[in-house]
Amino acid sequence: MNRLVATTTTTAPSAGPVAGSRTFLSRLNKGDEIARLITLLFAVSVVLVTLLLVFELWQGSALPRHKFGFNFFRTSVWDPIFDQFGALPFIYGTLVTAAVSLLIAVPLGIGAAIFLAELAPARVSDTLEFFIDLLAAVPSVIYGLLGVFIVIPLMREYIQPGLKNSLGFLPFFQGPAYGVGFLTAGIVLAIMVIPYIISVSREVLLSVPRDQREAALALGSTRWEATWKVVVPFARAGIFGSIFLALARALGETMAVTMVIGNTPAISASLFSPGYSIAAVIANEFTEATGDLYLQSLIELGLVLFLLTFILNGLARLLIVATSQKGSGTGRA
Amino acid sequence: MKRIAAIFLVVLGLAVALRAQSILSINGAGATFPYPMYSKWFDEYHKQHANLQINYQSIGSGGGIKQVTEGTVDFGASDGPMNDEQLKGFQDKHGFGILHFPTVLGAVVPTYNIPKVTSTLKFTPEALAGIYLGKITKWNDPVITGPNKGINLPADDIVVVHRADGSGTTYCWTDYLSKISDEWKNKVGKGTSVNWPVGLGGKGNEGVMGVVKQTPNSIGYVELIYAIQNNTPFGDVRNSSGEFVTASLAGVSAAAAGAAKNMPDDFRVSITNAPGKAAYPISTFTWLLVPEKISDAAKRDAIKGFLKWMMSDGQNYAEGLAYAKLPSPVVAKETKAIAKIQ
Repeated sequence: MNRLVATTTTTAPSAGPVAGSRTFLSRLNKGDEIARLITLLFAVSVVLVTLLLVFELWQGSALPRHKFGFNFFRTSVWDPIFDQFGALPFIYGTLVTAAVSLLIAVPLGIGAAIFLAELAPARVSDTLEFFIDLLAAVPSVIYGLLGVFIVIPLMREYIQPGLKNSLGFLPFFQGPAYGVGFLTAGIVLAIMVIPYIISVSREVLLSVPRDQREAALALGSTRWEATWKVVVPFARAGIFGSIFLALARALGETMAVTMVIGNTPAISASLFSPGYSIAAVIANEFTEATGDLYLQSLIELGLVLFLLTFILNGLARLLIVATSQKGSGTGRA
Repeated sequence: MKRIAAIFLVVLGLAVALRAQSILSINGAGATFPYPMYSKWFDEYHKQHANLQINYQSIGSGGGIKQVTEGTVDFGASDGPMNDEQLKGFQDKHGFGILHFPTVLGAVVPTYNIPKVTSTLKFTPEALAGIYLGKITKWNDPVITGPNKGINLPADDIVVVHRADGSGTTYCWTDYLSKISDEWKNKVGKGTSVNWPVGLGGKGNEGVMGVVKQTPNSIGYVELIYAIQNNTPFGDVRNSSGEFVTASLAGVSAAAAGAAKNMPDDFRVSITNAPGKAAYPISTFTWLLVPEKISDAAKRDAIKGFLKWMMSDGQNYAEGLAYAKLPSPVVAKETKAIAKIQ
C-alpha cells in the first residue's frame, strides 16, 4: 500500500502544477484517495487473477493442444495407457447434468421464492429463509452422501422403473436402471442449487418498490396478476442472476456429482446411463496422473470447463439484454 | 513499549533456540494405499527418535513419483514401480538414480453382491478377465458356473464396478488382468487409471464398495485390508498352480516368497500371478522411492536408519494393520541395498 501511494505521489507533481499535488495531498489526508486506490487495486486484482488463470491453463495444456488440436473436443476415447484423450463425453456429461438440474430447480426455486416474497406472512418467510440459507451452506460431500444413500436407491427401485413404464418410449428413459447416472446427478445438483435460486430471487422480489405493486392493484389487477405481471418482470434481471449462480455451481460441482454420476466416460441419450463430468474426472484422476500428456490433458479439461462457463455466462447476459429490451415497457423504470 | 519489545525478543530467542537443537524434518509423499502403515511407522519412529520427524503426505503414487523427481520431497512412495521412462527422467534431471525399497505387501480381492448367493464364489482368471472385458455378461455364464458347482447363479446381467480415481489398487488389478489375458494386455493395459471397456466407476475403495453393496448382481474389486475391515465377502481366485486361494496375509506373503527367488536387484517386480501353491495371485509390493545420493548427511543417515528399522522392528506392526510382512529373503536383499544410498 505504501509503495502504491508513494508512486502516485511522485508522479502527481510531474502531471500537473504544484497546486494540483496539494489538492491531491489533501484528498489523501481525508482518506478518499486511499480508499479509491485500495478498492481499485481489489477490482483490478479480480481481472488479474482471471487472466492468470487462463494463462496458466493455456500454458499447462500445450502438449495435448498441439497433439490433438480440435480433435480433443470431438473424440470420446479417454485412455491414459495408450495416450488417447478426448473430452467429448465429459463436456456432454457436464452440460446434461447442469441442464437437468436447472430444468428441475428453476421452476421450483422461483415458485418458492415468489411464495416467500409475495404470499407468505413475513414471519413464515423469514423462518424459512433461515433454513434455506442453511441448506446453501451445507458442504457438497453431504449432498453426495444424500445422493448415495437416499436418491440412488429411490431412483433404482422406484423412479427409474416408473419412468421406464410410463415414458419409456422416449429415448431419455431407456436402458438398465443402475440408480447412478445423468438423471440422478441432475437431481442431486438440483437439490443443491435450489437454495441459491430461492434465496437470491426472494431478496430481489422483496426489493421491488411498493409503488409498483400498489399501482398494479390500483389499476384493478388481482394479487396474482400484480405479482406475475408486474413484480416478477421488474425483478427479472435479479432472478436471472440467481439462475446463473445456480448454473455456475452446477457446472463446477465435483464431489457430489462424482459420487452419483457413475464415472463412465460415455455419451448416451438415455438419462439413466452412467456418465462423467469435467470437474469429476479432474478430481478423480489428477493425483495419479503420471506422464505429461495425461496431466496436461486434464489441465486442458480445466480450460474447457472455464471456457464453457465463460460462454454460458456470456449467452446468459445476452439473454438478459434481449428480454429486458422486449419488456422494457413494464420492466425496469 | 519496552516490555513488549522484551517479550518479543524472548519469544524470538526461544524459537531460535528450539529450532537450533531441533528437529530434523524429512518429507515424503506418495501412495495412499500404505498410508495407515506409514503413518504408524513414522509415528513410532518419532517416539524412539525424538529429534527426527518424518512427514508423509498421501497424495497418490503418481504425485509421489512426480514430487521426488522434482526434488520437492526427500523420498517418494508408490504402489507401482517407476517405469523405465520415469527412471530415465530422474537420472537426466539429477545425474544419479533412484532406489526402490519394498515396504509391505497388499492384495486386491473381487467382491460381489448377488442376492440369495451366500457362499464364497470361486473365480478363474478367465472369468475375471471376461467379466471386466465385457465379454461375460450374465452370472450364469458357464465360465463362472464351472468351478462353482452347487451354487445357483442367476441369469441376470453382471454390473461391473471399478475405481474411478487413479489408484494403486487399479494398478494391481489391471497388472494381474494383463498377465492372465492377452486381450486385456493389448486392448486395455495396466495403469493407475485405464480406459475401462465396461462398468461403473466408484470413487475410492468405499465408493466401489458402496456401489457393489447397493447394486444387485454387481462385482467390484477392493483392497484386502478394506474388505477385511468391513467384513465384506470376497471371492477365491485361482492362482497359477491351479489352486483356488482365499486372499489372506499368508497367501500374499507366499506370493512374495515365490517372487523373492528371482527378485531383480532394483526390486522393481510385479508379484501378480506369482508361482507357488499357496500364493494369492492378485498381490503387490508397495515401494519407497529414495534417491541414490542425498547431499545432506544428517538426512541421509536418518533415512538409512529408518529403512533399517522399518525392515526389522517396523515389520512387526504390519499384520496388525492387515498388511503382509516382507519375506525374509527380500529383507536380506534390501538391507544390502541400503548401502547404495550415499
